[in-house]
Amino acid sequence: MANDHTPSEVADAAAYRIPPVIQPGHSFGTITDKIAAIVLTKHTPVVWFVVAGIGFLMTLMLFASLTKLLFTGIAIWGNNQPVGWAFDIINFVWWIGIGHAGTLISAILLLFRQSWRTSINRFAEAMTLFAVACAALYPLVHTGRPWLAAYWLFPYPNTMNMWPQFRSPLIWDVFAVSTYGTVSLLFWYTGLIPDLATLRDRAENRVARTMYGVFALGWRGSAQHWYRYETAYLLLAGLSTPLVLSVHSVVSFDFAVGILPGWHATIFPPYFVAGAIYAGFAMVLTLAIPLRAMFSLHDFITDRHLDNMAKVMLVTGLIVVYGYAMEAFFAWYSANQFEAYMIENRMTGPYWWSYWMLIFCNGLVPQLMWVKRFRTNTAILFIVSLVVGVGMWLERFVIIVTSLHRDFLPSSWDMYYPTRWDFATFFGTIGLFITLMFLFVRVLPMISIFEMRTLLPEAKVKEEAHG
Amino acid sequence: MAETSRVPPIYGLLAEFETPQALVTAATKVRDAGYRRIDAFSPFPIEELADAIGFRDRRLPMFVLVGGLAGMVAGLGLEYWVSAVAYPLNIGGRPHASWPSFIPVAFETTILCAAFAAVFGMLALNGLPMPYHPVFNAPRFSAATRDRFFLVVEATDPKFDRMQTRKLFDDLHAREVTELAH
Repeated sequence: MANDHTPSEVADAAAYRIPPVIQPGHSFGTITDKIAAIVLTKHTPVVWFVVAGIGFLMTLMLFASLTKLLFTGIAIWGNNQPVGWAFDIINFVWWIGIGHAGTLISAILLLFRQSWRTSINRFAEAMTLFAVACAALYPLVHTGRPWLAAYWLFPYPNTMNMWPQFRSPLIWDVFAVSTYGTVSLLFWYTGLIPDLATLRDRAENRVARTMYGVFALGWRGSAQHWYRYETAYLLLAGLSTPLVLSVHSVVSFDFAVGILPGWHATIFPPYFVAGAIYAGFAMVLTLAIPLRAMFSLHDFITDRHLDNMAKVMLVTGLIVVYGYAMEAFFAWYSANQFEAYMIENRMTGPYWWSYWMLIFCNGLVPQLMWVKRFRTNTAILFIVSLVVGVGMWLERFVIIVTSLHRDFLPSSWDMYYPTRWDFATFFGTIGLFITLMFLFVRVLPMISIFEMRTLLPEAKVKEEAHG
Repeated sequence: MAETSRVPPIYGLLAEFETPQALVTAATKVRDAGYRRIDAFSPFPIEELADAIGFRDRRLPMFVLVGGLAGMVAGLGLEYWVSAVAYPLNIGGRPHASWPSFIPVAFETTILCAAFAAVFGMLALNGLPMPYHPVFNAPRFSAATRDRFFLVVEATDPKFDRMQTRKLFDDLHAREVTELAH
């Protein structure tokens, strides 16, 4: 691996034709100027206005549907008995899953010293934050009157002397998601501080200089600061790694702790975590490919990055497919008639199309990633990641709706049909995500500038200082 | 002494270097020359630099450990107090203090407090936020966040002498030496 760019490794990389993590010919100055210029320029690409505009309109739709919800109640949604949670929890788990790649890329790949993470970690972390924000919306609004339900969610002293139930997985969720959101924000902001200082020193606009200056906290790149900074960053990565794995495990407990056929499975925690990383990497690719084209970032987000991410997507996709196989196996091997009926109903019942579309999207299409030609073709890669995004949404739909709509007693069976408000809220959160993401790439460096500098061979002191 | 007292006091002398190697070499030599109140500035973390200026601080990991333990105790304490003292609920005959189901929340509070300790501990030990610092007075210092490397010897260093320190920097092939106003 050409991680540290020692001469022999560079030669190895060339011999095996591994694309570099950064195109040759850059210096500390050019890296800084190129990434900072995206933010500090007066020029904004027209595509940016188009996409951000669409995102903004969709966000307005979100506000409209939430207003309608808060005035009317959740009867505007298709939720019923027995399908009580439906779109809220589908979208909640989907968004939380997408949020996982950001911390995974930042923390776990940092601990494994994978230098290719550097080009993508910043906007993957931003993606995490915005996805978690979209996810957190659902548990809050699904109560219909969040201002009355807060005492069940948060442990705070209230006049009724009531406290949350700490044996409930839904409370575990509240703590897991809010901790995840907070730690992701800390991680992202800590990574930004030196780059904010760079922007402060580069900005010519007075307002921009002041704003970046305030948030840079007076960072001056002192060796003593860097020393503690690196320690803190590494410790944060070490803390985030078990955290990111715990969050989706806790989300899976929402299901696995219940006794419902189709939910009550011990494979859920690892299967959910793999699915989250799968969906997350698909979303990073969905974002990275157009952003790279829009801002000509081919020097920094090279084919190597796309190739690596496609491989991670393939591996996690295979784990997810293993999960599907195990669900069917458990149903058969348990010799439990309710489990067996659940899987039969999934495959051949009224929602059969969702199950087979899921197998198509998550099981079959990503197998294209075995072929190097497809992994390096951005158009195919982009389409595959979109398909995976849809597939992971379908997975949550299948787990939730097909398990709930027919449980133990046929007398309590019913069908679930989402309403237009369900869709308006869902597409609204996608709009919110797009809007936040596009505002982010316009005002903050989407690639970590200081970490990119360390990728240059000139940044290595050891060989020459002692040589 | 009578002569130097007429010159306005300065914060220190700032030398500019073009490569990380030159900075590390210079920092090592300045420290070898007996200077102790020195600091270096670079646009990215340089592993060898803290050693070169003789800087060592092991407090942060301890902060994080204490933060994590405090978070764990607080989380478990909250859960115990709520579930067994303040608002006990008998659900399916489970014990009030059912510690296995308390683990997820206690784990999250552990991580949360440890992460707060890491970030705010780092900022506090670094003395940030600090909007004003004398090094910002150097006109070329803004390059420290782009591609230049700086070394400062503070005037409070017992060995500090405007002439001799400047000469030392010149011997180390500093690109430019600036006197930092307070």
